[in-house]
Amino acid sequence: MIFISFGRIGAVMLAAVLAGVLATPALAQAAVPNKGDTAWMLTASALVLLMTVPGLALFYGGLVRTKNMLSMLMQVFFTVCAVSIIWVIYGYSLAFSEGGSLNAFVGGFSKAFLAGITPETTSETFTEGVVIPEYVYICFQMTFAAITPALVVGSMAERMKFSAIVLFIPLWVTFVYFPIAHMVWYWAGPGATVAAAKAVAAAAAEGKAAARAAQEVVAANAGLASQWGALDFAGGTVVHVNSGIAGLMGALLVGKRVGFGREAMPPHSLTMTLIGAALLWVGWFGFNAGSALEASGTAALAMLNTFVATAAAALAWMLAEKMTKGKPSLLGGASGAVAGLVAVTPASGFAGPMGAIVLGLLAGVVCMFMCSAIKNALGYDDALDVFGVHCVGGIIGAIGTGLLAAPMLGGTGVFDYAAGKVGEYDMLGQVLTQAKTVLLTLLWSGVGTAILLTVVKVLVGLRPGTDQEREGLDLVDHGERAYNY
Amino acid sequence: MKLVTAVIKPFKLEEVRTALTDLGLQGMTVTEVKGYGRQKGHTEIYRGAEYTVSFLPKIKIEVVVPANTVDKAVEAIVRTARTGQIGDGKIFVSPIEHAVRVRTGETDDSAI
Repeated sequence: MIFISFGRIGAVMLAAVLAGVLATPALAQAAVPNKGDTAWMLTASALVLLMTVPGLALFYGGLVRTKNMLSMLMQVFFTVCAVSIIWVIYGYSLAFSEGGSLNAFVGGFSKAFLAGITPETTSETFTEGVVIPEYVYICFQMTFAAITPALVVGSMAERMKFSAIVLFIPLWVTFVYFPIAHMVWYWAGPGATVAAAKAVAAAAAEGKAAARAAQEVVAANAGLASQWGALDFAGGTVVHVNSGIAGLMGALLVGKRVGFGREAMPPHSLTMTLIGAALLWVGWFGFNAGSALEASGTAALAMLNTFVATAAAALAWMLAEKMTKGKPSLLGGASGAVAGLVAVTPASGFAGPMGAIVLGLLAGVVCMFMCSAIKNALGYDDALDVFGVHCVGGIIGAIGTGLLAAPMLGGTGVFDYAAGKVGEYDMLGQVLTQAKTVLLTLLWSGVGTAILLTVVKVLVGLRPGTDQEREGLDLVDHGERAYNY
Repeated sequence: MKLVTAVIKPFKLEEVRTALTDLGLQGMTVTEVKGYGRQKGHTEIYRGAEYTVSFLPKIKIEVVVPANTVDKAVEAIVRTARTGQIGDGKIFVSPIEHAVRVRTGETDDSAI
């Protein structure tokens, strides 16, 4: 999804100053947030927190062994707390402010410590002239920054010591998440985009060139993938491909759990896993429908897609399991639901409901094979299948968005701000853009995660001793146990 | 005195207890155990991970009986614990040298 990141007044000033000839009195008046939009976005932000704690914490916690239950909960809980603080200190600024010469890759520090932001400052939605309070936007995006690294820790579950997590999470959001969020979601916003287009149309012959140059400056004021035209409604690439590939690198670099492949490591409570999966589903309505940034028809479409794609993927995983292994499992159903949620995330505001069902069915089957046959063949220990579900599901969603956004397949198409209507849809071009964005994310996050984990390994080490790992991280790292009967 | 040790299917415990109580036996010790005999285990699959569970949950009953009651006790357990399916369990009988009731100091037959 392409997000506005600085206030409308700033955007208008930039366009006006650069063009030199622009007079846009209508836009110069500060837009007032709609109370319905604001109320919905406040609610959506809280729903996304619900996804992480308790949702993701319980989903992951149920999947580990009893002796590591608290460490799993703690790693997710710590991540949310740490990233929330980092977010308001410099994270929001790095992700969603203008980054000067590095603007294609990362923002700057102009909004560090939330400088200049008041209850009156606003952020644009995707509709020209519609804004929400910037504080709401900060909260909403904060929850995304918090859940993404929390997803990563699942692949290294049961064997990464807490001190390593404490060092890794701040590094990872700083060098991987904030830049990728900036690259995919940062743009000048509808106000500046429309104003620049209008200025070109209105300019007299001698002013045309200057106006066009100004328009190009506005278009270039965006993250790299945003300039390419990448579609990522709610974070299929930014959140899921990103965390998924980081998870794979983590599983490879941290290494296999002691006893992996020789000892049974069954989940200790699938009851909790289902509770967690169900909370993820509910919270995901905030994640996807909230990404419309308005209480609108697009939000409703995203909500409906988040229902049906999830259901389809859960059914598909269960059916595939029944056909290949003889029995449909609850864990399969819950995993399928998460795979469907992941896959529909980038498409949720672009695909039609029937397209979303197809996307869900595909994600359920493909992720099921990734997490069983293919993972076993390759032999890596991605403990909680972060790669198989989030990266693979995210790629299916990202590429699928390029197909399913097409109006001929029931999608919404892409709004052309210059023309003021939905533009011609170039399916092949969009799919290629999506693929390019996925590759960018795989490379940036994969390489970045590998470097950061190596740094952490040198500084504090990644794993506890073998005996400590056998004893369980709950006692070793936290001095308590989950269950005292 | 004899020690009768019976490993049975968990859901048969109540029937066995009733039958032994009807014989006039007072008390038994029960433990939740795991084990296997000729009965095969089962397979559990969690996403891609398949585990063969060979140890199945059973109940172990230990009851000390007077020597003259041991056949009746064994017969009662066999009668009530049997389903006819593989996995019904086993009974072992062994001699007991001495018994003491902690509260009163009574010994042997009067202690059990």
